[in-house]
Order: sequence, then C-alpha cells, then structure tokens
Amino acid sequence: MLRLPSFTYLQPRTLPEALAMKADAGPQGMYVAGGTDLYPNMKRRHQEPGVVISLMGIPELRRLEGWTVGTCITLTELSNLPTFQRSYSVVAHAADLVSTPLLRNMGTLGGNLCLDTRCNYYDQTYEWRKAIDFCMKKDGHICWVAPSSPRCWAVSSSDVAPVMVAIGAEYRLVGPSPAAERVVPAARFYHNDGINYLTKQPDEILAAVRLPPPDGWDAVYHKLRRRGSFDFPVLGVAAWVKWQRGSRNAERETVAEARIVLGGVASWPQEMPEAAAALAGTALEDAAIAAAAEAAYRPAKPLDNTDFDLSWRKQMTRVYVTRALEELRRRR
Amino acid sequence: MPDTKAKIALELNGEPVEVAFAPHKTLLEVLREDLGLTGTKHGCELGECGTCTVLVDGVPVLSCLVLGLACAGRRVKTVEGMAEGGKLHPLQHAFAELGAAQCGYCTPAFLLAAEALLAANPRPTRDDIKQALAGNLCRCTGYIKIYEAVELAAARLRGEVAEPSQESLYGRR
Amino acid sequence: MGAGEGRKVGRSERAPSNIPTVQPSLRVVGKAHRKTDATAKVTGATRFADDLFLPRMLYAKLLRSPHPHARIVRIDPSRALALAGVKAVLTGKDLPIPFGILPVSQDEHALALDKTRFVGDPVAGVAAVSEEIATAALDLIAVEYEPLRPVRDALDAVAHPEPRIHAYGDGGNLHKLINLEFGDVEEAFTAADLVREDLLFFDGNTHLPMEQHAAAADWSADGKLTLWSSTQTPHYVHRALAQVLELAPARIRVIATPNGGAFGGKSDPFSHELVVAKLAMVTGRPVKITLTREEVFYCHRGRHPTLMWVKTGVKRDGSITGMHFKSLLDGGGYGSYGVASTYYTGALQTVTYPVPRYKFQGARAFTSKPPCGPKRGHGTPQPRFALEVHLDKIAEQLGIDPAELRLKHLVPPNSLTANWLRIGTMGLGACIEKVVTGSGWKEKFRKLPDGKGIGLACSSYITGAGLPIYWNPMPHSGVQLKCDRGGGVTVFCGSTEIGQGSDSILAVIVAEVLGLDPFDIAIVTGDTDLTPVDLGSYSSRVTLMTGHAAIQAAERARDVIARHAAQKLGIPPERAAFADARVFDVERPERGLTFGEAVQLAEAAEGTVGTVGSYTPPPSAGKYRGAGVGPSPAYSYSACVAEVDVDAATGIVRVPKIWIAHDVGRCINAATVMGQIEGSVYMGLGEALMEEMAYRGNRNVVHKIPSLLEYKSPTTLEMCDVVTYVVEDPDPNGPFGAKECGQGPLLPVPPAVANAVYDAVGVRIDEVPITPEKVFKALRRKAKGEEPRYGPDRFPDILWPEPIRVPPPWEGGDGRAVEQSDGRTVGPKALPVGARR
Repeated sequence: MLRLPSFTYLQPRTLPEALAMKADAGPQGMYVAGGTDLYPNMKRRHQEPGVVISLMGIPELRRLEGWTVGTCITLTELSNLPTFQRSYSVVAHAADLVSTPLLRNMGTLGGNLCLDTRCNYYDQTYEWRKAIDFCMKKDGHICWVAPSSPRCWAVSSSDVAPVMVAIGAEYRLVGPSPAAERVVPAARFYHNDGINYLTKQPDEILAAVRLPPPDGWDAVYHKLRRRGSFDFPVLGVAAWVKWQRGSRNAERETVAEARIVLGGVASWPQEMPEAAAALAGTALEDAAIAAAAEAAYRPAKPLDNTDFDLSWRKQMTRVYVTRALEELRRRR
Repeated sequence: MPDTKAKIALELNGEPVEVAFAPHKTLLEVLREDLGLTGTKHGCELGECGTCTVLVDGVPVLSCLVLGLACAGRRVKTVEGMAEGGKLHPLQHAFAELGAAQCGYCTPAFLLAAEALLAANPRPTRDDIKQALAGNLCRCTGYIKIYEAVELAAARLRGEVAEPSQESLYGRR
Repeated sequence: MGAGEGRKVGRSERAPSNIPTVQPSLRVVGKAHRKTDATAKVTGATRFADDLFLPRMLYAKLLRSPHPHARIVRIDPSRALALAGVKAVLTGKDLPIPFGILPVSQDEHALALDKTRFVGDPVAGVAAVSEEIATAALDLIAVEYEPLRPVRDALDAVAHPEPRIHAYGDGGNLHKLINLEFGDVEEAFTAADLVREDLLFFDGNTHLPMEQHAAAADWSADGKLTLWSSTQTPHYVHRALAQVLELAPARIRVIATPNGGAFGGKSDPFSHELVVAKLAMVTGRPVKITLTREEVFYCHRGRHPTLMWVKTGVKRDGSITGMHFKSLLDGGGYGSYGVASTYYTGALQTVTYPVPRYKFQGARAFTSKPPCGPKRGHGTPQPRFALEVHLDKIAEQLGIDPAELRLKHLVPPNSLTANWLRIGTMGLGACIEKVVTGSGWKEKFRKLPDGKGIGLACSSYITGAGLPIYWNPMPHSGVQLKCDRGGGVTVFCGSTEIGQGSDSILAVIVAEVLGLDPFDIAIVTGDTDLTPVDLGSYSSRVTLMTGHAAIQAAERARDVIARHAAQKLGIPPERAAFADARVFDVERPERGLTFGEAVQLAEAAEGTVGTVGSYTPPPSAGKYRGAGVGPSPAYSYSACVAEVDVDAATGIVRVPKIWIAHDVGRCINAATVMGQIEGSVYMGLGEALMEEMAYRGNRNVVHKIPSLLEYKSPTTLEMCDVVTYVVEDPDPNGPFGAKECGQGPLLPVPPAVANAVYDAVGVRIDEVPITPEKVFKALRRKAKGEEPRYGPDRFPDILWPEPIRVPPPWEGGDGRAVEQSDGRTVGPKALPVGARR
C-alpha cells in the first residue's frame, strides 16, 4: 500500500487560527481543503509538508453570500446549487466535470482553483522519479519534457480556473497580518510557470470567490479528456461573451467583449486575446468562429507531458474552440 | 520511533466507537488495520479507482484520501454495516442474485455508492446510475449486471415486486 | 484419416455422454444460480490476501531496479539492517536458485542475482515491523549498478543482438523462433484468384485487476511453510517454492486466496511470493507483502505487443487456399509464459475458416521492460485481430459481404485442421446468424450515414490447454468428494476462484449428479494441503476439467449410494433416481429415502463415503515440436457486431452498442456465463479503444503511466450496451457439453471495432488501440489522397530456423513432422491443394 508520511495535522476553527498555525509552521506548513490533490502528492512524496492545516473546519470558508462563494464548498455542493445552475451554469458545469462523483464530494472549489500543476514526469512515485532522476519541480534540476528549458512546464489542470478567468471572477485572499486582505482578479492569480503557478503567497488563504453579476454575459466550458470521468483536462476551453444590442431593434446582438481561456495547454489558464479580438463586433458567424479558432490554435504549444499525443492536442484546440463558440451562438 | 497514537470517537455502522491509531493514517487504513473491518478494499490508494468508497455522513467518499483524524464525531458506514439483523440489504441481495459481484473486490464500493444514489434518487434512470457510479472501476463485470442489480434493488426499495429479467440471466437464445 | 477421425476420450475414461439416462432433463445445470461465494462477497466477508493479519506479522517491501538493463556490481544492505524495526534484508544471493513458469525458460531469480532487466526488477527484500519502516529501509540499501544498453522494443531487439539481455535463447536478443509449415503455401498462393498481404500491430496491455498482488507467509518453528497468495496457480507456486527454497513440497502449503481479479496476471510464481516466504523463514515471524499499484504494472505478464504480417490466398468465392502468418512479439525482460504465447500467436488461425495450407513463423524478443505473459486470450487476440481485419479487406476486394464470406466457409464440426487441432462442435454459424439478424447488419453495413459504422468479427478460443505447463502423465484436475451422513456433501478441488465462478461450477455439477441443492454443497478449493491438484485458473480450463473430475467423483458416489439405497428399496440400482435431496424409485417416486439416509446406508455397509474423480484431456493429434500449444478438448466460438460513432473532426471513436453471440456448448451456471461474456466484451472494448502499456523509450524505458489514472480502462461512461446471444451446441468433450466463455468473447471485439471504424469513415486503423490520434492521422491522409490507413510499415527481416514441415491431414500426414535430408522432403507425398486422400 502507498501510505502517507508522518506529519502533524491541525484543525483550526477560524481563519486567524489557521493563519497563525501557518505562521508557526513556516515553510513546513501547507493548507489543505478536501485533500484530493495534496494527499496523493504526499503519498508519492512530491509534496512533503511537515504540518498540514485543514481549512474544512472554518465555517466562514463554506459560506455563500450573494455571489460570493466560500472556497471550501465541495465541488458537488457547488454544482448542485440551484442558484448556480441558473445564474452561473458554466461554473456549475465545470465543477461537475471534475474527476468523479466521489472526488467531487470531497474536493473543493478552492482546491480546484489552486490545483497543483501536473506532468507525467512529476505525478509519479518517489521510486519512479528517482529512477530517471528527479525533475526541477521536485528535488531535481531539469525539466524532463523540455530538457533545454530553464523553466518548469507542468500543466495547469484545473477545470474551474479557466472559467473563473474567462468570466472575470475575483478572488479574495486573506493573509497573516490583520490588514492583509486583498482581492485579485482571477486572471492575475495565476502565473505561467510550472513551479510558481500562483501569485498567492504560501501563507495566504484563498477564502472566497466573488463572481460577477450574472446578467449580460454568457459563457461555456468544454473539456477534452480520454474518458468521461477521472481524467484531467488535456484541453479545456472556457469561452465568455458579453452581448450588445444592435443599434436598431431588429438587428441581432453582437459581441461587445469576449474572452477565450484555455486550460491544459500551459502552466496557467491561458488567455487567448487574439482569438477573443476576432470575435468583437461579430455575431459569432462561422467566419468569425473560424478566425478565433485559428487564432487560438496558433500559439497553443502543448508538450508531451499529459495524456494524448501533443500534436493531436494542438489540432484539437481549433475544434474545441469552434465547438465552444458554436454553443455560445446557439444559446444566444 | 512510532508516533504517539491519536484517538477519536465516531459513529461506525450505527454504533459509537472509539479507536486509536497512528495519526497519519487514512480512514481506509484505520478501518482495515485498527478497527478490523477489512470489507473496505483498496486498488490504488491515490483516489484513482473508487475501490475504497465508504459513506461519511451519508456521502460516498474515497476513504484512501480521508484522514482518520478528520472523522472524529462523524457517521461512517462501511459494507459491513449494510446488512441488518442478519438480512442482506436489497442492493446486496440483488448483486448476489444477478452475479454482479464476480471477484467481489470492487463490490463493497459499488454497493455503498449505489446506496447513496438510491437514498437521493429512488427512481434512477440507467443514465443516472452510470453517472453516479462513474467514479468506480470494475474489471470483471463490464458494469452491466451492476446496473441491473441497482435497478432491481431500487424497484424493490420502492415496494414493487421485481425479479431479474430472463434476458439478464440467460441472454437471448 | 484426419477429418473422419473419432474423438478420443480423456484418460479418466468416462463415456462422453454425461446426461444421466434416468433423468433426461437437467434440473440444476443450465439454470442461473447464485454463486456459492456471493453472500460473502456482497457483505465484504471474503478474505483476500491483504485482509490477512497474523500475530506479530511483519511487513515486506521490495527494492526495485531503477535501470532498464544493468549489471549489479555491489549491494550493501547494512544501513537498512541497522534501521530500528527492520528484521531482515534479503538480496539475490539469499535465493540463488532460478525459477520460471515454463521449464524451458527458468530465467528468473526471486531477487536479481547479477543483472536487472527492467525498471522495476526486484533487487532486495526487507521485512520490518511496519510498512512505513520497510519503505524507509529501501532507501538505505546501497546498490551499485553498471548500466548496459537497454532494448526498447522488438524491432530494437532484432537490430541489436548485443548486449544480450539473457544468455539463452534462439540468438542475440531473440528468445524464441518458430517456423512451422503445414503444406506448401506458395503453391497454394498460385492456385488462388486473389492474394493479399497485410501488416498489423497490437500493442501491449495489462490485466489491471482491482486487487493488487498480495501474499503472506508463515513459517512454523518445526519447519513447515504456509503461503497465502492471490494466485491463480497455487500448484505452480507450490512447485516453485519447493524448488527455490529447497524445501520438501510436503512441508509447504499454498493457499490461493480468492483473487480480486486476475485475468492471467496472477498465474506466474512471483518474486514477492518467494521473498515473503524466505523472510518468514529467516525471521521466524509471519510476513505479508502487498504490492502498490505501480508494482503491479511491474509484475505485468500481460499482453505481448505483437507485430503481424499475414498473406492469404483466396478463391473468388472467398475460400482460403493458403495462409502465411508471421508474428514478432515484444516479450519484456523474462520468459514467463512467452514461449507458449508465441506459439499461440500462430495456433488458432485455422479453427474458424478452413485453411488447407498454413505456414507460421513466430519470434519473441527479449526487451528491457516488465515481462509479458498470458492475458485473457493468451496470444490469440492479436492474430485474431489481424485475421478478422484482413478478411474484412479481402471481403471488400471480392465484393462479398463479410458475414456471408464467413458463413460460407466455416470449419466443419468434428474435423481436423491443417495444424492438427481437433474441432468438436462448432456453433459459429449460428453465432453469426444471431448477430447479423439482431444488429440489423444487412440494413446497416455500408449504408449508415458518414461517421456511423458497423463492423463484424468472429473468433474462437480453447477450452483448456491440452497439455500441462510441465510435462507429466498425471491428470490435470482432481476432485475429492465427501458425503456426510447428515446429507451434506463437500467438494475438494485445487481450482482457484478468480471471480469467474469456478467454485459454483463444482456445486452445480455435483448437485446435478447427486440430486441436491447447490446451496447444501460445501466447496473447498485452492489449498495444496486439502485439495487435489488442479493446474490452475488459466486457458479457460476450469469448468471443463474440474467439471469432468467432479462428474466422475459424483457418479462414483452416486453408484455407491445407489447400490445400498436400491437394496433397501428392493429395486435394481438402475432404478434409483437422485433428485430433490432424495433417492427414490424412478418408477414409483413416492418410495424413497432422503439423501442423508441413503448415505448412512452406504456408510454403514462400506465405510466412510468418499470418492475421487480426475480428468486428463485427450491426447493431441499433432505430434510435431510445437504441437503442444493449440490443442484443446473443445473450442468455443464467438461472433460480434460493433456499432461505432466516429467524430471525423477529432478522430474520437465511441462504441454505443455491441452484439455478441457466443457458442458455449452448454451453460453450467447461466448467470456466470452472462457475466463472463459481458466482462469479456468490456475488456475487449478497453483494449480496442484505450488500454496501452506505454514506455518512454528515450527516458530509461520507464513505464510512462503506471497508475490507474493514466492507464486508461473504461468507466461506466465508456462501456457500451451489450446484446448477448447464448448459443448452446453441446460438445461431447465438455462436462454436460460445456465449453468455455471466459476468454473467447473478448477476441472479436477489437477487430469488430476496427472494421466498424472503416465502415464509418473509410480509414483502416491496422493497430490496437484504436485511438483518436491514429484515426485523425488516417483521416488527414485520406483527405490528402494518400492511403487512408494508420498502421505498421514493415516487418523486419528475421533469420528463421529451418521450418518444421508437417503435412496436413489431407496430404497424407500423420501429425508428425517429416524428416529432411538435403532439403528434400521425405515421407508421404504432398498432394495438390484440395485433394483428399
């Protein structure tokens, strides 16, 4: 059996308590929510905190207030919220696509948004990584998927994060000092590096997500993976549009603003501004969609560190962006 | 030197229980090694197969990724708690009748996941069943007899008189 | 002469017809029964190997090689031994005697002695008071390796005979070379109207049982060893333990715990079994080992990646004039069952459609990867895939419907094949008709809209290998029966329950013969101290062989009991009928005794009522070197139609529905037959679409994906709907006519899916698994006007040995190879194709 290493497990009841525990533990300390990302990583020894601080006992982190969601809500709870299914169906849908029903019963919104980046060379046991020598993300100095690169190319594998970036959600972060609370747009929470993939400081807690008012926009999320459950996205397409009326009542709506964000193609949810720009002012006609898909396809650079052949995954960018936009068009 | 043991109290299969265990252990390990309940199985210990499913407060979860310490004061149900008073739960009965347990290793997990499904949805469609069980792998059955057993048990739990179909047991001749 | 030769009976000399003459209809056999272990399994009461906890038990872990090919220079376990809680550390020198499942390839050591041959090859074993301490100890064992050039795959092995992975074999890194000729195929090709060649590849995959391998050993202070293990073959493990540990077999007890899935992956004796036994002996304490999921990938013994070339000559009407088949197997680092696997890739091509002349060349290569061995179908799914896709292409060239082509040319029942396999009943025609009708084949084939397709394939499988793994003249299966004066019966048999329902077969059969309820029959299996030898749960042998042994034991018990019951009733013994737990006068049923009373009479008269039964398969017709692989007492048949949806923009293939018809001879337990057919289809689907043992050739040949997440197996969301037709054409060589059903229905699924993909989008994927990337690439080629195909390009040149020439039955053969002197054939003169003597 694969077992966890020894560690100290703390169960604070309030945010200040949790923050103080982390301060005491220093770099040895890590927060945990559902544990579905951290515990497998600990069993494989690619994350080895000496102190694990659970956030699941802090009621404030499970609260839902208006359009602000506490991050310790489970993915099942989130996808089943009637208000979300009505007003933020894209978020409910993305949450519902994560892994399996069992894992969604445990994994949290915050956990998925802060999901460790993944790579076929990194998400392996200690013995396996030792056999080919460790990589720079854990205990080594080389990136095995891009050996001449100075940076780590582990992949952003969250389903909900690209959606949050696409719809313009904001993240509320709480830090150790009393005034250290800040709100960060989702897009600025992520960093395109496999090791330092969050701009959040290790001692900060992602406490809540503030969603934009639900009217005036629409968004969809399409996920590509081998199977219908368990698997992480090898490509995720979050597409968001804000419609504007035509100048005369008879005219159909056109795109005022758009955002296309891809998961599974970089170390962060990758915004594709050129693809979005190709949609502005259009009614998502076939030509506009094709232009956007092409613009999304060109910069996509998947590497050989996930399931599926990398050249196929790149080809699928076009197809999935097209299909996501076609769905948006159908829903208008 | 081994860690000092932690101790928790919880409700296990309907009864109050206290157990001491090394604090880094998962619920899976505590059940099997410290509580003597080996009915909960393991296929990977990483949350990638569903074999270790148990119910915590009625919710099916992966016991290999739940810490024992996180179960203090919770209500845990394992396969050993399904039969009552010497009588099999209708799901267990249906699985046995239809041969939905071949090697039987994934069976405790499927039973509990199905029990949770039927508690939330007493009239599941075939699609509902597939979705609810999409996190449980089986290598023997191809899932078909499992679906049929869940449907049979669901019907009986709804008070209907239900028997396995001829085609289910004999195929088409 | 060949085709008309009568069927020979097994050495246990029972009359082939086993339907009791007094009771013409079956009461128990053929019905759907709850398995005997069903209640235990649904309550979690079944004790699998890892559920065992013994007093003062230690935990073992194995240290595994991080190199794909290396010499061991030095091992220093001293720091590990010094760790508190560690009780013993073993290395190769502690277990120097080699072993291996096949006598011809005893090339394994429990712990590597001088070389390691794949990443994951066990090098040292530790026993400690906890699994955590044992794991920590592994890191403290210092091993110095001298890396050697690894071999990435079979083509690399052919190209690089040095450095050799093993010092034995048929040259360089080729483990085994086979060259068999049954008639002159070149002449057969000249007589053909069409000759076609195809090249196909079936990648490797693994069993992926949900239960990881586990074993526990106990060594008594007076020198007896007990090993509990999740194994399909306790008898072979027993022999390996005796050999490697140098213990008398009588002092070793092997108990096969119920397997949480096996599929062939638990039928080798394994390092972890030997190491845990030795650790128990050395420490004097019970020791248990449970492999992690990653380690299960390193045990492997799964499907050989196989490159295949096939050339067939056909007449315009689709009849085959001759076939030449070549296979190249990637065997991994050790022999395992591989020699048999290699023969299997050439053995069953002839049992479905008549092949008058046949040539087979097979090669197995050693490579620096976990060893391949038997996985469900054992070496036959790969060639069956090749053959069924090849025939689909031939059918298209001839303008004949693929179902019609097969229906018109079926091997006749009770006949001999060119390679001297004896066919008994042959229900493939009925199977094809069922799936053709049920699926609406005629309305759909080549008529569905773009992106939707339908494909057909057939297959056959053995019902038990005709020969044992190690040559011996003894039965393959034995049953002991105990009749209790209380009316209960206990059946003892060495068979292993791996989920297929083998325990229940015994109960159903004995219940049928003795007129009892299967629920009142106790079953004791898989324990070398308690049960007579059964060779193991592999090659689909268990129902047939243990079934026959059980029938014999039960009939003998019935005879003894009938004798005394009849005497009491004042009737001749032939009138004593057994039903409803009574023994009664068949002419006046109200006059009778309970079964228990009848047993008491027999026991009073003759002493304790106990009987034995055993079974040996009939001798094979083939007498040439290599003839031992392929023969079977009976062959099952399956036909499959798969309907697919192909998304041409992505290449993603979905399989919504499969129709499967399986000729099982006779169901013993109808419910378990259904379970095996559905489970086989599921596993065939997984192999067809997604299962793949992938390695990083340029990164130390590590396994790319040794986890349940990354090695893809179908979830509920990928599994298709299945319509199952059960065809019963009882075979006189089967118990109550039964043939196998646990492996056969897997075989036609991958080729049916491949043929359906062609029907859907017009591209040939001549490879398994049929992944989106391959379909996408083939579609791009088609769009560019190139050959609309994805598949291998070449079969390497291999220096084959001199062929063994065995004239087929219709060319004057007698099953033997002909002697050659100066390259000339001596012996019965070869006749022109089609002639019958």
